[in-house]
Amino acid sequence: MPDQPRVLVAGTATGEVLHLDEPLSFWGGLDATDGRIIDRRHPQADRVVTGRVLAMPHGRGSSSASSVLCEAVRAGTAPIAILMAEPDELVALGAIVAEEIYGVVVPVVVVGHEAYQSMVDGERVTVGPDGTVDRT
Amino acid sequence: MERAGSTLRPVTLRLDERDEARLAGDEGPAVRTAIRVVTRLATAMGADRLLDVTGAHIDSCLYHGQAVLDFADHLADAGARVAVPTTLNVSSLDLLHPELDRGDPVESGQSRRLMERFEEMGCRPTWTCAPYQLETRPSLGEQVAWAESNAIVFANSVLGARTHRYGDFADICCAIIGRAPAAGLHLDENRRATVVVRLQGVSAELIGRDVLYPVLGGLIGRLVGRGVPVIDGLPPGVSEDRLKALGAASASTGTVGMFHMVGSTPEASTLDDALHGRKPDEEVTVTAADLRAARDRLSTTTDDRLRTVSLGTPHYSITEIGRLVELLGDGRVADGVAFYVSTGRDIYHEVELRGWANRLADAGVTVVTDTCTYFTPIIEDLGGTAMTDSAKWAYYAPNNLGVEVVFGSVEDCVASAMTGRVVRDESIWADA
Repeated sequence: MPDQPRVLVAGTATGEVLHLDEPLSFWGGLDATDGRIIDRRHPQADRVVTGRVLAMPHGRGSSSASSVLCEAVRAGTAPIAILMAEPDELVALGAIVAEEIYGVVVPVVVVGHEAYQSMVDGERVTVGPDGTVDRT
Repeated sequence: MERAGSTLRPVTLRLDERDEARLAGDEGPAVRTAIRVVTRLATAMGADRLLDVTGAHIDSCLYHGQAVLDFADHLADAGARVAVPTTLNVSSLDLLHPELDRGDPVESGQSRRLMERFEEMGCRPTWTCAPYQLETRPSLGEQVAWAESNAIVFANSVLGARTHRYGDFADICCAIIGRAPAAGLHLDENRRATVVVRLQGVSAELIGRDVLYPVLGGLIGRLVGRGVPVIDGLPPGVSEDRLKALGAASASTGTVGMFHMVGSTPEASTLDDALHGRKPDEEVTVTAADLRAARDRLSTTTDDRLRTVSLGTPHYSITEIGRLVELLGDGRVADGVAFYVSTGRDIYHEVELRGWANRLADAGVTVVTDTCTYFTPIIEDLGGTAMTDSAKWAYYAPNNLGVEVVFGSVEDCVASAMTGRVVRDESIWADA
């Protein structure tokens, strides 16, 4: 039985998946000025999250992750949606505040491990308001 | 945090009358924004209610981009005030030593403005990542809303206070309404140790040294991820400074919000207490070889030409500064080496009263307050090798600053600073 998606921030998005093989700390790991992954130890180092549907296990590390995500939304460098294997409220919070102060919605959905692992880097998906992910 | 399977279940958040009134805007727009954010966060966390908190520690005062300032402006312009005693984390500026700042003046201005907005909201200008070293601190069982990963793990583990892992935005919103989601580490059931960690074949010499604790913490962070570890088999009564270093490291390499140490932390008088009388999910053994490997992972270079030493991440306690003064003796840092130690302004005041400030200056040591050297443009020369006794600094500084780092004990750091070359005492790392 695949897990039911759990919506942390509701919204819609269509785009290509950027699949992260390991958890990423946005703080110290993501440059909000250009959307690039700057954690040198991360397998997807130097990839750009901007405009992508980011599939990741969960966030990691410092509690400043939320504001880096919010800053990326403000700067227009953020992913268009975030799909996670496990819940991470620091990631959700960055998107919640971005919606509160900038009115920009970045859907955040917990899709479970199976769905996360089945996603392929570069595939095109549509995220629905109820958290469903259509692979187009 | 719970695993995905259990938290995918939707939970209904029940609010009390006052929460509902605040959501409706009865207490003004700032309170309304704050409770909107907290309730949305509570839903994301799977909380079924909010609970009262008696204090908060805010990390949102650290400038990293326009968004944090926009949010502070949004709240402060609407007249927000904190409802509970609230301390402030490090910022991006050393207000007591502004001459140390090598950053962009525009960004420094933004940082200063951010700090002022939080003071306007009634927060205390403590500017420290170690609020547990201030005169008043939460006690056993007290519910608080703390941000800053090392402070969170200290509050939960060493003080026995209860906070979830709050971050930017959530911290100030909880402080404004004096409420937090009833979830995560606020609740008994999530404070149970899930992973037992035991040391095997580690020498008594290493167990007696400060340097073990950040290395063990870094290793535990990698091993347990988001679990709650309990460390069993160390002699009881491990000092707060050592527990601080262990927690800070585990919250950097992993996402540890709480650990237990049998005989040293308040919810672990016995192993069974820490486990809440149940069986652990996992048991792991740490050997001397594991510790050597963990220590080696904290260094990025073998270049022994030393340019920088940075101590005090998290902010040094008065005891740790006393130890540094003792190690320096009548010695002096070698020419060409910049030596920094970071601490809170309250501790620095004590350092001055004890006459240590002059001694440190004479030895060539620069004291940094209100901020930290791993994200603020203070370090003079990022070439060559930087040395630190902090696993957290070693973990973050290479990415943040582009500096190459060698991790060592405080004794190694001082000895290296005096000779200008990296020297480390390898003997203590041998098998027992």
